[in-house]
Amino acid sequence: MTTVTTGTTTAKGSVGTAHTRVEGRDKVTGAARYAGEIPFAELAHGWLVLSTVARGRISSVQDASVLGMPGVLAVLHHRNAPPVETDYIGLLGVRPDPTAAVFQHDRVPHVGWPVALVVAETSEQAREAAEALVVHYEEEPHDVAFSGSRADAYPLDAHMPAVSEKGDLESELAASAVVLDAEYTTPEEHHSPMEPHAATAFWDGGRLEVVDSNQGTTWVAGELAKMFSLDPASVRVRSEHVGGGFGSKGLRAHQVAAVMAATILQRPVRVIMTRRQMFSLAGYRSPTTQRIRLGADADGRLRALEHHCLSLTSTVHEFIEPGAGVARAMYDADAHHTANRLVRLDVPTPTWMRAPGEAPGSFALESALDELAEKCGIDPIALRVRNEPERGPVSGLPFSSRNLLACFREGAHRFGWADRDPRPGLRREGRWLLGTGTAAASFPAGAAPSTAVVTAEADGSFTVRIAAADIGTGARTALTLVAADALEVTPDRVRVRIGDSDFGPAMIAGGSMGTRSWSWAVMTAAGELRERLALGTGVPPEGITVRSDTSAAIGALAQKERHAFGAQFAEVAVDVTTGEVRVRRMLGVFAAGRIVNPLTARNQFIGGMTWGISMALHEEAVRDQSSGGHVGADLAGYHVATHADVPLIEADWVDDPDPEDPVGIKGIGEIGIVGAAAAIANAVWHATGVRHRSLPIRPDRVLPGATGAPHA
Amino acid sequence: MAPAPSSTYSAITLNINGEKYALSVDHRTTLLDALRERLDLTGTKKGCDQGQCGACTILLDGRRAVSCLQLAVAAQGREITTIEGMAQGERLHPVQQAFLDLDGYQCGYCTPGQICSAVAVLEEHAAGWPSAVTDDVRPEAGPPPLTAEEIRERMSGNLCRCGAYVSIVQAVARAAATDATDAETAEAENTAEAVA
Repeated sequence: MTTVTTGTTTAKGSVGTAHTRVEGRDKVTGAARYAGEIPFAELAHGWLVLSTVARGRISSVQDASVLGMPGVLAVLHHRNAPPVETDYIGLLGVRPDPTAAVFQHDRVPHVGWPVALVVAETSEQAREAAEALVVHYEEEPHDVAFSGSRADAYPLDAHMPAVSEKGDLESELAASAVVLDAEYTTPEEHHSPMEPHAATAFWDGGRLEVVDSNQGTTWVAGELAKMFSLDPASVRVRSEHVGGGFGSKGLRAHQVAAVMAATILQRPVRVIMTRRQMFSLAGYRSPTTQRIRLGADADGRLRALEHHCLSLTSTVHEFIEPGAGVARAMYDADAHHTANRLVRLDVPTPTWMRAPGEAPGSFALESALDELAEKCGIDPIALRVRNEPERGPVSGLPFSSRNLLACFREGAHRFGWADRDPRPGLRREGRWLLGTGTAAASFPAGAAPSTAVVTAEADGSFTVRIAAADIGTGARTALTLVAADALEVTPDRVRVRIGDSDFGPAMIAGGSMGTRSWSWAVMTAAGELRERLALGTGVPPEGITVRSDTSAAIGALAQKERHAFGAQFAEVAVDVTTGEVRVRRMLGVFAAGRIVNPLTARNQFIGGMTWGISMALHEEAVRDQSSGGHVGADLAGYHVATHADVPLIEADWVDDPDPEDPVGIKGIGEIGIVGAAAAIANAVWHATGVRHRSLPIRPDRVLPGATGAPHA
Repeated sequence: MAPAPSSTYSAITLNINGEKYALSVDHRTTLLDALRERLDLTGTKKGCDQGQCGACTILLDGRRAVSCLQLAVAAQGREITTIEGMAQGERLHPVQQAFLDLDGYQCGYCTPGQICSAVAVLEEHAAGWPSAVTDDVRPEAGPPPLTAEEIRERMSGNLCRCGAYVSIVQAVARAAATDATDAETAEAENTAEAVA
């Protein structure tokens, strides 16, 4: 028995204090190893081959000649791949996207569909053989034309009902003093994490092991177990460091292909997506066409609100981008109608991407609010104050906390909003027109069941094990601080281990639910461990371990509208000679519960706002209608904001307590992007007097307006 | 296992971070893949393999280069510095320290490239190289003020999808200030020694 020192050095207050990342030294020295960087003896390299046609059937795969190429070990395709199961419901309550269940049939539903995996001794050999592999297709006509006038669009209930309807919309619109009816569009957008998807699969003593880059090891391990009909305990997925995810890193074709090849060859096989392959295999955000109708009294009070959002999906899997959902939390009206509809085309399946629904939805809704403020002749912030709901506009439930107006007050003060002349097109600085804009932000604050294991070690330190993922959020550090406070010790005595499905079931890093869900489990286990240690029985050599499972506690949470809120502000300069829009400064003020680590939280908010700049001005994947594939599917063709595009952005927060919430933490990963593009678009209107209802706000879209010509 | 030299393989020696590495490489092997797949120097990252993202930035004879667009066989005889060669033992390079202190990253995947780029940016700037946003580009003008705008322009070949640009720029500025302070201190010490 060792006497433990707990209790003699009581410490609290780590949460809320800035702390550099616990893995920071590894990241700045290059020592942190990501999924494709763990060495394995006898490693073989797989290279995916993707379809070049948008629709049809594979008539032949000419693998014989490729099998004779140097180093080639195997060519997997639909005629020789093992069957996999897809008729199951995964961790997130949905069926798998069959795109991940590779090589099961000869049908091709889009350009970039995986048709083969070439495995060779080296990556150079695999790549050359993959590029040499000839695949013949029976091509069929395809349809990739997305527009708001599709007659085949249909409503789809997904993680929210497709439609919400309250009140008589037409009569309220008719009774309104001011009416707005406008269409907004957002383009196809791609997550583009810096680290491409990478997985190494191998069998070890009857267990399938996958070293992967993903947003949830529990999730991916569970999907692989179901897909390959394996005992869940015989699948282990690890994901120590993850080079960004943003919604794209779940179960995907590369993991399944790697598992198939490792099973056949009985040696470790690594499959990494190329950057170009990511544009068709890694998911993306659907383009949207949104129609908003608002009706208001002369003072801006909303009588009617209608928000319709159309998005697309593939022919093999239904995924809907619920852009119209944001109005259900934000604004009430006597008549309140929202609907999310879907159209199926010969394109890859989209997926969750940072603030799914809220990001494009808030661009439309918050632009529309700005237009309404202009029509009513009132300040955009005053309009939002006037329409601040008491309860959930659709659910009727109370808000757990709603500090949106505090965000606007603080933000307006710091941004200098009071001095703003609301009239557009007045401020000029050489060839630049200047303007400012604002928008509101919200994102749901959910939690999902998780388990954690906390061990008091004999040496006085503590080990936390949880199948959390740190995809750049700072989760590893946040959980260290949370555990330290729950144990009442300093953070340096706590070691947090994450990214291993063997640690027990846990929520994914997604939906802004990760840190809230994991913290809950860690606090529960650590709190119980502290109470046991307080009994003073000492710590045996093997330590004392406490496990937690938050399923019951989360199930018992009262039904409320739980959201984070925020106020976005932007100042832009528009070059009237080139049509270039530059963001000069941004400020975001957020109400997002308890902020665990101010250093990393600020960075994450700003990162989301940076995505807002990128969404407003740069990002747009262009699909070629004749081939059905992308134009310029790489980081030269698909522009994301870089250093020179991003000015000084400030992010801060207001108090947002909820005494009834056991953890008090709301997620912050997504809310930074919500409303950010609208704030920029509203600022462009303020600068130029021209409304931009289609993103991105490209120079060619700005130029006609800036020179006084009609808006295209 | 390194195959024997042939029409498709060559035996080469690479000088990396002051050490010599002898290896046999496929002629198609990029310097990036040689570092990552053959020499276990995985600090240099592969983000796009097309020279578009900057994650694989290294220093080649002191100047930054994207290692995905360099063939390993062509890198013989050149001085290669990777992220693994930036720290002096346990002591981080001032740029690394600033990234750590100011949270100049999130996921960390672009970080080695950002840091290698930043180290070279500070040297390029100190040597008086202008950028596209430098007002006075005359050779005799000397280094322009290292404003945030100058740093952003010079760092724009390195993408960070997490969107940590604001803190990266602050980290580079901090490191530049540290360098300047060190230089002034060193100069003052030299002067003091000379006077003594």
